[in-house]
Amino acid sequence: MVTMETKTDVKPKQPMMENGPYLEKFEQFEKGAKDPAWVRVARKAGISHFVELGFPTLRDEDWRFTNVAPIAKLPFEPVVEPTRDAVAAKALNQFTFAGLSGSRIVFVNGHFAPELSSVAKLPDGVKVMSLAAALASDTALVEKHLFRHARADTNAFTALNTAFFQDGAFIYVPAGKTVPEPIQLLYVSTAKENGAAAHVRTLIVAEPGSHATVIENFVSLSDASYVTNSVTELVAGENAIVEHLKLQDESQRAFHIATVAARFGRASNVVTHSIALGAKLSRTNIYANLAGEGLECILNGLYLTRGEQLADHYMIIEHVQPHCASHEYFNGILADKSKGVFHGRILVRPGAQKTDAKQTNKNLLLSDDATANTKPQLEIYADDVKCTHGATIGQLNDESIFYMRARGIALEKARRILIHAFAGEIIDRVRCEPLREELDKVVWDRLEQNEQVAVNQ
Amino acid sequence: MRQPILAIQSLSAGVEGRQILKGINLVIRPGEVHAVMGPNGSGKSTLASILAGRDGYDISGGEVIYCGKDLLALDPEERAREGLFLAFQYPVEIPGVNSTYFLKAAYNEIRKHRGQPELDAMEFLTFVKERMKILHVPEDFLKRPVNHGFSGGEKKRNEIFQMAVLEPKLAILDETDSGLDIDALKIVAIGVNKLKRPDNAQLVITHYQRLLNFIVPDFVHILHDGRIVRSGGKELALELEDKGYELIVNRTTVPA
Repeated sequence: MVTMETKTDVKPKQPMMENGPYLEKFEQFEKGAKDPAWVRVARKAGISHFVELGFPTLRDEDWRFTNVAPIAKLPFEPVVEPTRDAVAAKALNQFTFAGLSGSRIVFVNGHFAPELSSVAKLPDGVKVMSLAAALASDTALVEKHLFRHARADTNAFTALNTAFFQDGAFIYVPAGKTVPEPIQLLYVSTAKENGAAAHVRTLIVAEPGSHATVIENFVSLSDASYVTNSVTELVAGENAIVEHLKLQDESQRAFHIATVAARFGRASNVVTHSIALGAKLSRTNIYANLAGEGLECILNGLYLTRGEQLADHYMIIEHVQPHCASHEYFNGILADKSKGVFHGRILVRPGAQKTDAKQTNKNLLLSDDATANTKPQLEIYADDVKCTHGATIGQLNDESIFYMRARGIALEKARRILIHAFAGEIIDRVRCEPLREELDKVVWDRLEQNEQVAVNQ
Repeated sequence: MRQPILAIQSLSAGVEGRQILKGINLVIRPGEVHAVMGPNGSGKSTLASILAGRDGYDISGGEVIYCGKDLLALDPEERAREGLFLAFQYPVEIPGVNSTYFLKAAYNEIRKHRGQPELDAMEFLTFVKERMKILHVPEDFLKRPVNHGFSGGEKKRNEIFQMAVLEPKLAILDETDSGLDIDALKIVAIGVNKLKRPDNAQLVITHYQRLLNFIVPDFVHILHDGRIVRSGGKELALELEDKGYELIVNRTTVPA
């Protein structure tokens, strides 16, 4: 582990002008939309930002390791209409967290599916609903937060999402309220055509002193090369306590791009987990704006890749106020020819004294052909701060394996124990116990499906 | 005479073409405590590693018979299940793996191998707590990850504790005394002595004589340049302490 102070300047943008179909689709789509005027303004801005930015390329410093050309090459088919074929409620039982009690809001290809959703009894004033519905019923409340945290002018996918989003969840927890059970947002894809794109947009607002646990679970019943382009805005007010868990378990042919843009208030305590298991290519951006004094946040992540999967996590943590702590822990377990990417920037603004920022990224390679790219960045403009980062890429420790074998534990079992422990470092940080247990189970099941867990190849 | 627990015959081995052991002969019978002493580079730890089954050594000659079996043909885990135990010179820290879980897995592997039913979590805890009492091991050893964040002394103590749980037929202590202060040394030695039985044996590998003040060997062997150059009773260790390796080794350069 080393302590570093670096200042970096990164900004090459490569506009790409193949936006004909996007603009055309937008114009068609816009005609049918019945949004409030302020949403239409944002959508228009979104599409023009997208046209201006184009899809990122490998020449873009922030996308150096992740080639999204395959997404750009797909036909662009935003799923504008709700899917007609109903999804059987039973079909959802196979997914992680299916047995969890509490509210579950289901979206099929980005559209709210009320027949599959159920809202538990909630404290007064708590809202767990579709964003499209909230735009009509709670316009003022939504307008206060929506589009204000996820920037469409610097991220082409957020721009595209802003232009085309159909629905997503709106969760609102009023000041001082506690939602005791986790709220699950289940995004199911049933896409039949390649390039079908669900642009889901979610807004989570935890007012001062409130307490909530929210799961965003991305799953699939599809074999197509579909695209999920999700944007979640998460606002935690003063003293709010929030646990947010994103599980990406898309199909092996899917493309998954997600942004979590968060703003944390004074003395809040937020932990956000990102678990990437599925998709051919996934990219999760987490932008955390530490906007109040004395808050604590944890960004915790685990990615498991195999075959030719790629899982990319890109984080920017912005310390704006003094006495804040941010801790990032990301572990990757990479098999076959897969690839894991970690990009973590800690930005400490002038005046954010006594910042305590810690970042670790550990990668375990289960095959010689797997790749890990890790890129920590510290950008510090305050002088009384503690910022550390550490990254490791390696294989299972031979000494540890021999030690276990010398106690009678077979080689295969020793490897499994070590891999489980490596994943467990991350899973153990999940605070909500039923979540932690289910997550442990699914991660373990996936690892067990992979023979490289037992034998190095 | 009873069947030896360990019989090493003309064992020669090396690493990457470099010969380290040059024909070791050693017989250990039940109830015996043997000490192998030698200066740095004499091959002590290589001997321990080869007996436990660590990878990376080329065995160029000789054989090792353990309880009538060809030891070198067994995987490390098979050796452990057959009752061979190596107390590591540098016990490995395994963050994220709970000590109780680890010990229970190891213990049950050995039980399975002996054809005994595995213990469940409760049964194991009862058993292990009784073992802890014998050695005065603090209970938090069980709750912490294996060796993780342990001091040097705690790690060595944990090795002896594992030995107490796994009840080996042959315990090899590889420089268990190195890096210990006198109090830690005593605790470790007392533990080892308590675990001594007529049907098991101990092979104590050490650089210094001081451990042998507390663990009294029946036989002392001096290893030099890959060969056992002298063997004797416990008084040999004292002689060594008195005269130093140099003198003893030079005086005893005898044809093998």
